[in-house]
Amino acid sequence: MANVAGMCTSFKAELMIGIHAFGPGTGVPARTAATADVLKAALFLTAGGTRGVADTVYNTTGELAASGNYTQGGKTVVMATAPTTNGTAGVFTPSANLTWTNLTSSGAFDCLVLYNSSQSNKQVSVHTFTSQSIVGADFTLTMPANDASNALVRIVT
Amino acid sequence: MAMISTIRGEIDEAELEKKEGVIDNENEHTTWVEHWYQGELVRRSAHVTLKVGQGASGALGGP
Repeated sequence: MANVAGMCTSFKAELMIGIHAFGPGTGVPARTAATADVLKAALFLTAGGTRGVADTVYNTTGELAASGNYTQGGKTVVMATAPTTNGTAGVFTPSANLTWTNLTSSGAFDCLVLYNSSQSNKQVSVHTFTSQSIVGADFTLTMPANDASNALVRIVT
Repeated sequence: MAMISTIRGEIDEAELEKKEGVIDNENEHTTWVEHWYQGELVRRSAHVTLKVGQGASGALGGP
């Protein structure tokens, strides 16, 4: 046997549930035990798209307009399944599809932004897909498998 | 006869032209359905299944 260097698998999942807060405490949000944050998902237009990994906080620039049964800010993500580990990865995937019902989108869109509305709207991730327009019907987004290769949010080494 | 809900109200399905499509690549499997009435797109739905999310890589400092 030998000692093996590596980031602990459990740590990767624990990051997503706020177990760890490194440093002197500056910027660490107040926490209430056993209270999960609220994650939201919002849709963004294809034209002039500016969403990306450099974003730090959700904002409405480029978001679908508040029309046609779309509410800016997006939908609350269902999190019935806690972040966990799969193989050596920390993984999290919302536990339900996202559906906008009877939507007429204000334009073509190709982007979903996941953000934490409980923590000053800090952005988590940006997901893109082929540009879609919806006219008086439903738009459904089904989540990937919650595993080390596919989960919506993965922390891997 | 089946009635379809559109932006022009309920329309008999027989009067609508239906178009369907599939997009399948490494990122997504998407299906869409359009209904056209007298040359106008009156209904379009889509279902995107993401195949893969976003990952962040962690690394340790030092050897």
